[in-house]
Parts: sequence; C-alpha cells; structure tokens
Amino acid sequence: MPKTNLTEQKISSYSLPTEASWAIKSRKSALNWLETTGLPNRRDEYWKNTDPSYFNTIKKPERNKIDYVENSIFENIDRINIVFEDGYFNASKSDELLLKGIEIDTISVANQKDNHWSANYFGVLEKSSQVPVERTLASLNTAFAVEGLAIRITDKIDKPISITYLHTNDTSDVLIHHVIKIEKNASVTILESGGVASRSNCLMEVFVCENAEFDHVRVQGRSHEKIAVTHLFANLLKDSSMKSFTLTVNGKSIRNEYVVDINGENSKAHLGGAAVGDRGFSQDDTIFVSHNNPNCESRQVFKKVLRNGAKGVFQGKILVKDGAQKTDGYQISQGLMLDDDSSFLAKPELEIYADDVICSHGSTCGEIDNAALFYLTSRGIPMAEAQDMLVLAFLNDAIEEISDESIRTIIGSRLKDWMVKRHKS
Amino acid sequence: MLYINNLNVELENEKKKILNGVNLDINAGEVHAIMGPNGSGKSTLSYVLSGKDGYRVTEGSATFEGREILELSPDERASLGLFLAFQYPVEIPGVGNMTFLRTALNSQRKSRGVEELSAAEFLKIVREKAKNLKIDAEMLKRPVNVGFSGGEKKRNEILQMAMLEPKMCILDETDSGLDVDAMKLVAEGVNALRSKDRSFLVITHYQRLLDHIVPDVVHIMADGKIIKSGGADLALEVENNGYSDLLAEYN
Repeated sequence: MPKTNLTEQKISSYSLPTEASWAIKSRKSALNWLETTGLPNRRDEYWKNTDPSYFNTIKKPERNKIDYVENSIFENIDRINIVFEDGYFNASKSDELLLKGIEIDTISVANQKDNHWSANYFGVLEKSSQVPVERTLASLNTAFAVEGLAIRITDKIDKPISITYLHTNDTSDVLIHHVIKIEKNASVTILESGGVASRSNCLMEVFVCENAEFDHVRVQGRSHEKIAVTHLFANLLKDSSMKSFTLTVNGKSIRNEYVVDINGENSKAHLGGAAVGDRGFSQDDTIFVSHNNPNCESRQVFKKVLRNGAKGVFQGKILVKDGAQKTDGYQISQGLMLDDDSSFLAKPELEIYADDVICSHGSTCGEIDNAALFYLTSRGIPMAEAQDMLVLAFLNDAIEEISDESIRTIIGSRLKDWMVKRHKS
Repeated sequence: MLYINNLNVELENEKKKILNGVNLDINAGEVHAIMGPNGSGKSTLSYVLSGKDGYRVTEGSATFEGREILELSPDERASLGLFLAFQYPVEIPGVGNMTFLRTALNSQRKSRGVEELSAAEFLKIVREKAKNLKIDAEMLKRPVNVGFSGGEKKRNEILQMAMLEPKMCILDETDSGLDVDAMKLVAEGVNALRSKDRSFLVITHYQRLLDHIVPDVVHIMADGKIIKSGGADLALEVENNGYSDLLAEYN
C-alpha cells in the first residue's frame, strides 16, 4: 500500500479528543507532521532492519493471553503504585496520588485544563526529535493518545513510582503518553512493567532540570505475541543525570527508540538494555544521543540473547556537536547467538564535530564461549545451568547500568527464573 | 582408582593422532607425575579424561571408580570425583567467583544425593579454605579469574579443588607461570589435600614442582604414549640430562 494511503487510513481510525486549546494545538501539529511525512516504511534508513508494518497496519494483531494480569515484577519493593489496565489509568488499583513533592494527573485530566503546567511540555520533545530522523509513530502517539500521566517532581523522592500496565482483556492498539518534569535539585525513580496490550505505542517525554536525577527501569511483558513500539525522549539541563534500563523478554516485534538531548554542562545519560528472545522475536533499539554542551558523559550498553531464528537490531548514534569538548561518549552493543539461525544487525554511529573528546563504540556478535562452558561443566555444573550462567553473565554488563542494587537483584533473579522455567517447559 | 587402558585419541576435526595407546593405573592415595616434552600429549590426556570437546577416542578405555567415564559428560565426571586443575584457568566475566564455587559444589552434592549447603554454611567453609591459600575476600567476590595474576589463578584452582574435595585430581602444568614462592604455596595447598583416599596425576615439564609434591611414580610421555615409568628419581634424571637420552632409548 502506498505510504500516503496507509497513513490516511491509519489516521482515520482515530479521532482528536476535545481538550484545552494548547493541547489541541500540540496534537494538530503532530498530526500535521504525520500527514505530511507518512508512517515509516522499509525504504526509510532507520527501518531497513525492522518491519514497520507490525506497527502500521490498520488490522489489529492477533489476540494473546500469555501475559494477562502478570503481577508487577516490582511488587515486593516499597513503591508508589500506579496501575493502568488495558491502557486506562485505574484509580482504585493505584495508590493515593496526593504526595509531597509529586504532582500527578492523567493527561486526560491535564489536557482539559487551560493552565496546567504540562501545557509547555506536552509534545515538545516529540516534536523536536523529528529532525534529522522522522519518528512518525511518535507523532501518531502525540496526536491521539488520550491516556498517560503528567508527573511533576519537585523534591527528592525516595520511593520509586511504579507504573504497572495490566493487560486483562483482548485489547490492542493502546497509546500511552507520559510527560515527566523533574524540577531543579529533584530526583525520582520510575519503574514500568507489564504487557500493556497485544499492540502498544508508549511514549515518555522527560525533562530533567538542573542538578536533577531521573532513574528509569522498564520491564516489558513477556508474551510471545506482543507488538510494542516505545519512545523515550529526554532533555537534560546542566549537572543533571538520567539512567534508563529496559528488559525485554519475548515478543513478536519490539522497537524501543531513545532520543536524548544533553543541553547543559556536566550531565550524564546512561542507557542500557537486555533482550532475550527466540523464534519470531524481533527486538530493535534505535538510539540518538546528542551532546550539545561540553563536559558531559553518555553510555549505551545493549545486549541481546537470541535463539531459534530470533533477530536483534541495534542502531545507536552519538552526535557530538561543535563546542561539546571533553565529551565522554561510550557505546557497546552485543549479540549472543545460541544457534546458527538467529541474527544480530548493528549500526553503531559516531558523528563528532568537537576535537577534544573521548568517544568509543563497539559491536560484537558471538556464540557462547566454549572454553568457559567447559570450565564450568568440569566443576560439576550441568550443561544447561552452565549455559544459563554464561547468558546471565553476558547480560550482566547491561544490568549493571541499573543504579539501585535491590532493583538490579530483582531483574537478575527474574531472568534466572525465566530461564529455569524455559528448561522445564 | 583410575585405570587407563590402551587409550588412543585423535583430534575430531583433523585426523591427527595425539594419544597412541596410553596405559596408566593410579591406585587410591597415589601421586603420579607425567613429564614429557612439548607436544607429547600430556595436556590432551588431561582434557580427554575430564571430557573436553574436540577429541575422538578411537580405541581404549578409562575407568574411574569402577565406571567407564569416556562416555560421561564433564559434569558427571566431576560429580564422580574427577577434578582438572587447568593450565590456563578460564576468565569468566560476569560470573562471581563465590557464585561459581557454590553452584559447582551444590551441583555435585545434588548429583550425589547429598543435601545442598546453605549460603551461610558455604561461606564459612570457603573463608577458611581461602585463608590457607592467602586468597582474600575481595578475590572471592571478583568475577571468576578476571584480572587475577598468574599466581592468583592457580591458587584459585587449588581453592576449587579444596572445596570440591575430588577423589582424583589432575594438575595440568600447575607450576607454569609461577614464581618460587607462589609454587610453594600451591604445593602446600596440594599436599594438604593428600590422603589415602585421594589420588593425584601431576603433569609438569620440570622437576621443580616435584621437589614440593613428591610423587610415588613418575612417567615419561612421548609421542602420545608412556615410554618409561619409575620412582621420583626418574624426574631428577630428566632434569639433569633432558629428554633426549630417554627418547633415543625409546626410538
């Protein structure tokens, strides 16, 4: 189908909500960009390795029940609990949201208010991230997402905010749009987990102000049929930091895009991801980190374990603008293939216009180290268990990107449990 | 304890013969040493006994504790009580030394039907044994062998041996890369484990190590077979005269 027809049809399946004029303006702007640019297709440079039709098609994907009502992986830690059910905020399952240092509204409420703080932020990073690479699935989200949260943090928040996306029904095509602003000197940890829907498009715009900290850990539901595209747009002011880690297990096609703009000195952005999948699994991390100021640091650590014909894609770019001296940029992407049928496609990119920087990128693709496997088994560890140890060891560098030790342990042990179950099934 | 009969082995991928009929009987409590020039098949023998991939046994057998072991997987052999101290211990980033040791020990216990050790019980034992080998807590926490010096790697091998308490220990050139003090420390660790129920097969190039770990029997290996066996003084003979006389005699 030609690009324009497909886009028109897709658009016609949604309608713009009636909201405050600022919100309507943002949505129309996104819609206009989507109409003129069109949904992605295989000829687009950053869609060569992942089939966009999973996300584009009008027809809803097959229903699936595997990850229905999966409890949050984070349920045993002290947290502020927020629940979405089939794409909608569920107040009765969520904690009371009147908390010191935190302002939370759903966007369906916020976007009705003429003078809500998010008026100056909703859709802003999504819009600025459309150049140089178009991300029209994000435009689609800004135009039509009616659910999500507007979160403003004004203090250092000790308890993480945990958002669980329950998938209880035969739901697909859920759009969720969060706007998060972490004010000067404030900090917060946001945890996300759950299956969302059979097909989902989730977007998060994060504004990290001066000396603020944003920690983000995301665990994507583990249904084999899941189709998901996510966008994380972040803007960092001076002396600020962000860390984002994503665990992806199973799924049909998962694409996680990141656009991080470092707009102040002495800021840090660390992105990490661990993906494990087999059979029809296709997982894609597409990342754009822009260093616009001197003395900043960025890291990208992405690992994928692939089996039975699974596909992993990594497209990561570090842009160092003229004048962004003393930039420390690091990027590593690695695929571990457990058989000969799987593939890992990596496109690491560096574009540097400053002359006094440290930037490195590496990308490897390999199989399990047989010498290590023999070493472990020669000590009495059975083959399957030894393999799992090495798989977890491979993923460890990415998991290490999580700053909180207890969350790191939860992620590690959940991965281990899944592997043990896999042997039994 | 370990009986090797006419063992013939070639490389799996190329028809290159490495072992040409090795015969070796090691009884409980004995310490045997194998010496021989480079390429004589010493390390291959240790790999084939412990179950490494890449070799094909074309003839012969090896029985350990009454079981034919050549068909068993490496972990099954280990659980029967066979242990190989590696010439080049493998670095495994991302796997903690403690986790590795505990998993190994508990896997073996499980396979023997013995109750697994709790984290606390394990910790107590490992700390004590590590102390004897001058392995500090920091080294135990690090990933397996990563960033270890040559001496630390070999001490870590002996620590594993001490924890797993195997019946048959094969030491593959454990002295290589060690200075005199490190070698003494490793030898002390080995000697502490000597008992009437535990046997050793010590593979080495040099007689030096055998000053510290005194063997009951010394074998000379060349061309994939044992060409001469004798007492501890055979090692001295090699040290003084080299292998050439022995090889000439054999040819």
